[in-house]
Amino acid sequence: MVTAPAPATTPDANGIAASLRGVAMRFGANTVFQDVSFDVWRGEVFVILGGSGCGKSTLLKLMIGLRPPSEGTITILGEDIVAVRGEARRRLKQRFGVMFQSGALFGSMTVLENVALPMASFTTLPPEAIERIARTKLGLVGLADAALRMPSQLSGGMIKRAAIARAIALDPPLVFLDEPSAGLDPITSAGLDSLIVSLARDLGITFVVVTHELASILTIADRVIMLDKEAKGVIAEGDPRRLKEESTHPVVRAFFHRTETAAG
Amino acid sequence: MEPGTDAPATLTRRDGALVLSGRLDAHAVAALWREALAAVTPGATLSIDLAGCSYCDVSGSALLLALEDKAGSRATLTGASPQVARVIDRAHEAYRTSPPPAPPTAPSLPVAVGEAVVGKIEDLGERIAILGRTATSAALTALNPRSLRWPDTWHQAEEVGSRALPLICMIGFLFGLILAFQSAVPLRQFGADIFVANLVAVSVFRELGPLLSAVILAARSGSAFAAEIGTMKVNEEIDALNTMGLDPFRFLVMPRLIAAVAMMPVLIIAMNLSAVAGMATVMMSLGFPWAAISAQVVNWTGPSDVLGGLAKGLVFGAVVAGIGCSRGMSTGVGPRAVGQSATAAVVGGIVAIIVLDGIFAVLFYLMGW
Ligand SMILES: Nc1ncnc2c1ncn2[C@@H]1O[C@H](COP(=O)(O)OP(=O)(O)O)[C@@H](O)[C@H]1O
Ligand SMILES: [Mg+2]
Repeated sequence: MVTAPAPATTPDANGIAASLRGVAMRFGANTVFQDVSFDVWRGEVFVILGGSGCGKSTLLKLMIGLRPPSEGTITILGEDIVAVRGEARRRLKQRFGVMFQSGALFGSMTVLENVALPMASFTTLPPEAIERIARTKLGLVGLADAALRMPSQLSGGMIKRAAIARAIALDPPLVFLDEPSAGLDPITSAGLDSLIVSLARDLGITFVVVTHELASILTIADRVIMLDKEAKGVIAEGDPRRLKEESTHPVVRAFFHRTETAAG
Repeated sequence: MEPGTDAPATLTRRDGALVLSGRLDAHAVAALWREALAAVTPGATLSIDLAGCSYCDVSGSALLLALEDKAGSRATLTGASPQVARVIDRAHEAYRTSPPPAPPTAPSLPVAVGEAVVGKIEDLGERIAILGRTATSAALTALNPRSLRWPDTWHQAEEVGSRALPLICMIGFLFGLILAFQSAVPLRQFGADIFVANLVAVSVFRELGPLLSAVILAARSGSAFAAEIGTMKVNEEIDALNTMGLDPFRFLVMPRLIAAVAMMPVLIIAMNLSAVAGMATVMMSLGFPWAAISAQVVNWTGPSDVLGGLAKGLVFGAVVAGIGCSRGMSTGVGPRAVGQSATAAVVGGIVAIIVLDGIFAVLFYLMGW
C-alpha cells in the first residue's frame, strides 16, 4: 500500500473493494454484456466465471481502467475508475495489482528486476530495501531460486507465479488475476490455487479472479458471478458450492455438472 | 490489509527497544530504512515493540528482516496484533526458508575465451548447415519446379518487387540528379559537360544501379525475411512444419529466394531508368536537347554494361535473400532474438554485397568487360 488513506465516507471504509452498477459494454452493434452490477467484498476471493467469449476479460479490462464501459459506473477502492484523472488516477492504479493472462513479464529483465520495477518507479525505497522486498515477494510465491533467471527460461507455472509476485510488488490491497490456471497441468494449477488462498488469508489481499476451471473455482472462490453469452449478463451470483447444489438455471447446472446444454 | 486512517510509521527508542508505531508500509519503510538500520548495532540483542503498529505489509516485514540481519540474531517482537504478526511470520518464512540463488560466478579468462570461441564455431557450423540446406532445396526445386509454392512466390515477388518500386524510382532519380549536378560543375570548366551523360550512365548501369538496388533489397526485404521466419521459429511454427513432414526450407525459404532473384532485374532496370531521368533533368536545364543526351548514352554504353549489372544483381538478390532467410532460421530464444536476426540480416547482406561487388570488379576486369 503506497497511498494516502481513503476518506472514511467511501464504500472503501465499509468493506467493499470494488463495486459495479449497471455496467454495459458494446463493440459497435455487438453488445457483450449489459446491466452488470455486483460488489467485491474486502478480503474475499471473488471469481468471474463463464464460457469462452462471454466477456470475462472485457469485464476485467473495464475494472482495471484500461477502457471505459459503454454504460454504468465502476468504483474501485472507493474511487470512480472511469472518472478519476491525473495524479489521483496514477495513485489509484498503484493500489491494485494485475496479472495478465500471458503473464506479461518484461522479457529483457530478470524475474527479480520485474518485481523490483514498480517499487523502483513509485517509491523512494533505497536499492537494498527494494532487493530485499522483491526477494521476499519471490519467496512468497515460491520462486526464490529463480530470481536471476530471464522470463524466457521459466515454465508456464513459474511465469504465472512471477507475474503474481510483480502484481503484489507494491503490497496492494486488491489484485486482479486473468485466467491464472489456463494452460497449466492440474498439479501446477492446484499449486497456484493454494498460493492465491494463502496470500488472501495471510496478507489480507482481495482477489478478483477470472477463470473457467471448475476445480479451481470450488477451491479458491468465496463468491462468484457467472456471465453468459446468450443472456448478455450475469446469470448467477453467490457461493459456488451452493450454486452447484441449488441452482436451477440450466447453464449454471451444466457448467457445474459438466454436462451439455441444448445451446451446446 | 485495510487502509487505515493512521499516520505513517515512526521510529523511537525506549529502554533499549526500538518502537515502531503507526502504519508500516512501503512509503514509511522508504522514509525509515536508513535511520532504522543505523539504530541497530551488530551483535546486540534486538527487541522491537510493535504495540503501536496499526498495519504492516511485506515491505514493513522486510525492514524487520533487514534489522535482524544487521544485528545478527532474531529479534524479540512484542505487542504485534495478530494480523501484523501473521504478515511478519509469512514474510520471514518466505525470505528465510528460500536462500537467494548464488549470483552466477564469472568464469576465468581462459575459460571465457574458450567458451566464446567454441560458441562462435558452433554458430558458424549451424550457419553453414543452414546455407547447405538452402542450396539443397534450391537444387531440388530446380529439378522439380512444380514443388515450389507458386502462390507464395507470387505474393513474395509482389512484396519484394512492386512494393519497392516507388522507393527505387525515387532514390534512382535523386541519385542521377545529384551525380549529374555534382559532376557538371567541374566538367563545365573544360567545356566537357556533355560527357556528364556518359559518366552517369556508365557508373549507374555498371555499378551503382545493382549496388543500390541490392542495398535497398537488404534493408526492405532481407530484414523482413529474417523477422518473419524468426517469429515463426520463436512461435514453434517451424517445428510444426517439420512435424507435418513439410520442409520449412522449401515451404518458406524457396519462395522468398526465388522472388528476390526474379525481382532484382526489375528493380535494377527501374533504378537505371530513373537515374537517367534524373541526369537528363539536370542536362536539359543546362541547355542540352534530349536528342544529344540520348545519343550520348546510347553511343557510349553497350549491352555488356547493362547486362553485366543485371548479372551481378541476380547474385546479389540470391545472397541477400539467402542471408535473410538463414538468419531467420537460426533465430534463438528470448525477446531480442527476432530483432537481432533482422539486424544481422541487413548488416550481413550489405557487407556481402560490397565484398561480392569487389570480386565482380576484378572478374569483369580480367574478362575484359
Ligand atoms: N477490442 C474488441 N473489439 C471488438 N470486439 C471485442 C473486443 N474485445 C472483445 N470483443 C468481443 O467481446 C466478446 C468477449 O470477449 P472476451 O472478453 O475476450 O471473452 P472471454 O474472456 O470471456 O473469453 C467476444 O465476443 C469478442 O469478440
Ligand atoms: Mg479471456
